[in-house]
Amino acid sequence: MIGGLFIYNHKGEVLISRVYRDDIGRNAVDAFRVNVIHARQQVRSPVTNIARTSFFHIKRSNIWLAAVTKQNVNAAMVFEFLYKMCDVMSAYFGKISEENIKNNFVLIYELLDEILDFGYPQNSETGALKTFITQQGIKGQPQTKEEQSQITSQVTGQIGWRREGIKYRRNELFLDVLESVNLLMSPQGQVLSAHVSGRVVMKSYLSGMPECKFGMNDKIVIDKQGKGGTTDDPGKSGKQSIAIDDCTFHQCVRLSKFDSERSISFIPPDGEYELMRYRTTKDIILPFRVIPLVREVGRTKLEVKVVIKSNFKPSLLAQKIEVRIPTPLNTSGVQVICMKGKAKYKASENAIVWKIKRMAGMKESQISAEIELLPTNDKKKWARPPISMNFEVPFAPSGLKVRYLKVFESKLNYSDHDVIKWVRYIGRSGIYETRC
Amino acid sequence: LKVINCCVWDPSGEIFELKAELNSDKKEKKKEAVKKVIASMTVGKDVSALFPDVVNCMQTDNLELKKLVYLYLMNYAKSQPDMAIMAVNTFVKDCEDPNPLIRALAVRTMGCIRVDKITEYLCEPLRKCLKDEDPYVRKTAAVCVAKLHDINAQLVEDQGFLDTLKDLISDSNPMVVANAVAALSEIAESHPNSNLLDLNPQTINKLLTALNECTEWGQIFILDCLANYMPCDDRESQSICERVTPRLSHANSAVVLSAVKVLMKFMEMLPKDLDYYGTLLKKLAPPLVTLLSAEAELQYVALRNINLIVQKRPEILKHEMKVFFVKYNDPIYVKLEKLDIMIRLASQANIAQVLAELKEYATEVDVDFVRKAVRAIGRCAIKVEQSAERCVSTLLDLIQTKVNYVVQEAIVVIKDIFRKYPNKYESVIATLCENLDSLDEPEARAAMIWIVGEYAERIDNADELLESFLEGFHDESAQVQLQLLTAIVKLFLKKPTETQELVQQVLSLATQDSDNPDLRDRGYIYWRLLSTDPVAAKEVVLAEKPLISEETDLIEPTLLEELICHIGTLASVYHKPPSAFVEGSRGVQHKRLPARAGSCLLYSPAASHFMGAGLGVAPAAMPASLGGAPAVGGGLGDLFDLGGGVGMPTGSYVAPKTVWLLAIKAKGLEISGTFARRGGIIQMDLSLTNKAMSVMTDFAVQFNRNSFGLAPAGPMQVLTPLSPNQTIDVSLPLSMSGPVMKMEPLNNLQVAVKNNIDVFYFSCQYPLSLLFVEDGRFYRQVFLATWKDIPNDSEAQFQIKDIHLNSDVASNKLQGSNIFTIAKRTVEGQDMLYQSIKLTNGIWVLAEMRIQTGNPNYTLSIKCRAPEVCQFVYQCYELVLKN
Repeated sequence: MIGGLFIYNHKGEVLISRVYRDDIGRNAVDAFRVNVIHARQQVRSPVTNIARTSFFHIKRSNIWLAAVTKQNVNAAMVFEFLYKMCDVMSAYFGKISEENIKNNFVLIYELLDEILDFGYPQNSETGALKTFITQQGIKGQPQTKEEQSQITSQVTGQIGWRREGIKYRRNELFLDVLESVNLLMSPQGQVLSAHVSGRVVMKSYLSGMPECKFGMNDKIVIDKQGKGGTTDDPGKSGKQSIAIDDCTFHQCVRLSKFDSERSISFIPPDGEYELMRYRTTKDIILPFRVIPLVREVGRTKLEVKVVIKSNFKPSLLAQKIEVRIPTPLNTSGVQVICMKGKAKYKASENAIVWKIKRMAGMKESQISAEIELLPTNDKKKWARPPISMNFEVPFAPSGLKVRYLKVFESKLNYSDHDVIKWVRYIGRSGIYETRC
Repeated sequence: LKVINCCVWDPSGEIFELKAELNSDKKEKKKEAVKKVIASMTVGKDVSALFPDVVNCMQTDNLELKKLVYLYLMNYAKSQPDMAIMAVNTFVKDCEDPNPLIRALAVRTMGCIRVDKITEYLCEPLRKCLKDEDPYVRKTAAVCVAKLHDINAQLVEDQGFLDTLKDLISDSNPMVVANAVAALSEIAESHPNSNLLDLNPQTINKLLTALNECTEWGQIFILDCLANYMPCDDRESQSICERVTPRLSHANSAVVLSAVKVLMKFMEMLPKDLDYYGTLLKKLAPPLVTLLSAEAELQYVALRNINLIVQKRPEILKHEMKVFFVKYNDPIYVKLEKLDIMIRLASQANIAQVLAELKEYATEVDVDFVRKAVRAIGRCAIKVEQSAERCVSTLLDLIQTKVNYVVQEAIVVIKDIFRKYPNKYESVIATLCENLDSLDEPEARAAMIWIVGEYAERIDNADELLESFLEGFHDESAQVQLQLLTAIVKLFLKKPTETQELVQQVLSLATQDSDNPDLRDRGYIYWRLLSTDPVAAKEVVLAEKPLISEETDLIEPTLLEELICHIGTLASVYHKPPSAFVEGSRGVQHKRLPARAGSCLLYSPAASHFMGAGLGVAPAAMPASLGGAPAVGGGLGDLFDLGGGVGMPTGSYVAPKTVWLLAIKAKGLEISGTFARRGGIIQMDLSLTNKAMSVMTDFAVQFNRNSFGLAPAGPMQVLTPLSPNQTIDVSLPLSMSGPVMKMEPLNNLQVAVKNNIDVFYFSCQYPLSLLFVEDGRFYRQVFLATWKDIPNDSEAQFQIKDIHLNSDVASNKLQGSNIFTIAKRTVEGQDMLYQSIKLTNGIWVLAEMRIQTGNPNYTLSIKCRAPEVCQFVYQCYELVLKN
């Protein structure tokens, strides 16, 4: 199991060090600094073995988090724990920065004592932790016996992510379908790979212990219902349902129920959390098409022309559009002309960055640039990194639609109709690249 | 805190100041002071001098302050054990606190303080906390047992905490169950034969129920524990798989990977024609692909595991090539791993796409990545014959770029392509020769020299080319020197007239001026060959080369099986067995996959193997739960032995075969074996398995001198050659006439086995009962006299635990192994058995075994004039009685 946990700043100074196992000595702290943080070469692996001690590390901005062990631990668990630990810290004090860590080091030690016991991760749901790790000293401590046992039963209980007795005057929930669409396209416009990775994020402000059921246009469910003899005409349902390659759920979702009936039922945590993640690869709507044209004119000049086409309903608007056209390292000057938006050559990033604030569907825009090059002796050809794109669109490129989210709370007297529900779709670019 | 971080550290002054603040009356000031102390501790400053002052702050009702003091205690108690005792009172008091959070905190912290005196006081509070009404306290206490075991294992056993811990597996709270499982699994690892985690269908059912209810971390503990279970038939295996598959949709990647591990392992037992088997295979692919959208570090762990899974079951991911395409912004460690998997998945169906990608990668920036991409193109050519031509032309294009390391890498792979497809692509040699001067890496130089030597007859200026290398012969690496020597000899054999001088030169360079013995030897051999029989030389040097295999870097099958059992863990990331990077006893046990179903008999405990006899563990000390080997022949025979010796002349206990020699250590030869005494004849039963690609012949065996003069009574009878993947069982009769030398441990036996490939050495340990002779019965009167005669200080006492046999059954069992009961006395409900044993070399051993009705623990006293054997006699008792 995890033998120790260290947090360093970018210089390699220790900010937090907590040792859980006797086989991890103080020298482990230095070993990581010397061999990884101060290593001359870039780190080649997130797992490093130094003198029979294994170090797992992740970085958040310029903070290093390292878990150490001498045993054959579950490596996936260690990383999941490190991420979780970052989530917990952010939930308590915001951004993970050197200053925040220094200002909250007592809290961090308290958290580390709670969520990792002898190197075994324990309940690390912020909802539960916040009920008894409060940083308010004596006043924040629960006084009555009932309160105390309520805390302990929540921390260890089956529904460790939600406490009893939550009350709202207005029962409300927000669903965000956030998708990132990824594309790798050849210069000729052939899709080499494309997939959508999506998340359903829920903000729930519901009283009591509500039982929820979430439904979407999952092909398997729709087909099953279709066979069941409903009046759906087959031609219509083909377009309306989507094939989900795989999905994963927050721990509140009853997985065995999903496995057997493919229904998503759960008691949600209070506040914001990620209900599910999913991945689709079929029938993806690619919101933009990039058509590049690069021509080398002699050894010292490059002509670039890039056309982007938006491919969605004209009534919708894409936002925050950015096209990044890489330029060779020996670029000496760039002239750009674009029809729409603003374009700039950024020498420090070796790229032309073209930004458009808004663009409606079924439109087209173009940029052309002349790149002057310094003559070099370098034999190696320019690697021509792909042209990448960023954008945001108000629909789900996978075609996912939320069909319902039903709320049942039998003990309190509010019904599904009383809950105010909001749904929003946002499609963003993930890694959206076209080779040139 | 900020003050400390920016001012110069002045130990004495600072500590003095802190001391004053710690003793302040004001609570706030005290707390701030403790905070400062912890801050200094974190950055590695020694603040142990403040120990008494900090401990004084412990008695407080402020939980936050208390936690800080505890943190300090955990750090420094070990260096100040006497003072740490001051804290005990508070701990014990806190363990009785009405607030469960405080009770748990106290027991949690106490377990982290590794001071003997404190540990003593921990037992009582721990016992209470294990049965606390509050689940939070119980789950903390469960982990505390593991902590205590790490400090003092004996204490945990004596105090009966293990049983309490076992009871917690049936606790009503899922988190308590999960922590108990984690603690037990850890303790069991250091007691390989303890059967602590008594996994049976009932407990498995409890675990599977808890699996649905506990936290994500608890699910990981439970799944990892489940993976060690060995279902008794394919039905059970399937029903567990069915209950584990829903975990594949969990958001936590570690839960998913651990579930994959359980499924991969239990799948082994399902018949391949079962519908469910196919369904399961299909279910595995999507979650594995989803792991690739996790954070980079997790992707890396996932990819390392997928690499193993693809080697074990290529069918799972064969259609998923695209997801392994490298993204421009992937971290380098992800890129390299993806590339590896792409090559493994490359097939005729997808080769065009793969090649297009690889060509793209070969123009990237990172040198390692580019090299690997170039090498991958070569490997595709070797793997998919239809693509070879395209691969070669791609490689030629890359050579034209003149990027130095690309050229060198390309030449290395082209050499392999020539080997695979002789006489097909030699037209490119001219292009390769153009780049001769730019090669500065040994591997590339060696490859180029090999090509020139191999095709000397088609290269007009081959002699000039090779001669140019010869100038700096001594500065070349050994690899290049060897290759150059061979190449010039080849050249000479092909064009003897023009190159006589050259060959003379290289032979004298290799034999006279070199310190490298390999080079010298090869030089002499060539020289002698050429001078005595040039025809023979031609046959040897220009012999037809064996084909090279398609997959060059596959993991050796036994290691792969073991790694599959470790999916998700560090072992699967390093691609090494845990014993390679874990110190001490933990993880030394090699796990193996269960055998495929066919008949239920084969994967009963009889077929299970415990590899590690060579690591100092007696062959018989093996947990039955540790995986069955895919043994074919040995299974049934072993089963008979276990069943009480049906069909054997005597009922002596024979341990199941254990692996003595790993295939990785013996060029593919795996030996497992055991010892048996049958009708007075000692036999060594061996299973030889060929895990290499080529046939093995000419087996012979020899023993090193050992304590009792064991030696083979005849040659090893392996009559037929052992072809790849074949297993032969051999029984080697042993005599006691060999040379004697005392070994450490006494029953250690060092064995050398020879075959046509090499000689291999291993050591194993035989149970001493092998040497117990049939006429070992003492006369009653003599027994008593001898018992008295042997001084009391050479009497050894042992406890045999957990035996549920009455004295008659026990003595019958023992008699089967030539341990004879001479007399029996019953005093106050206690049976005393007096027993005698005679060893082959005439040593007598006398024993008294006391059995109390109702008590599963026997007391055994052994007297012998050679007291060093007592320990081993006791082991035999334990073995015989427990099996």
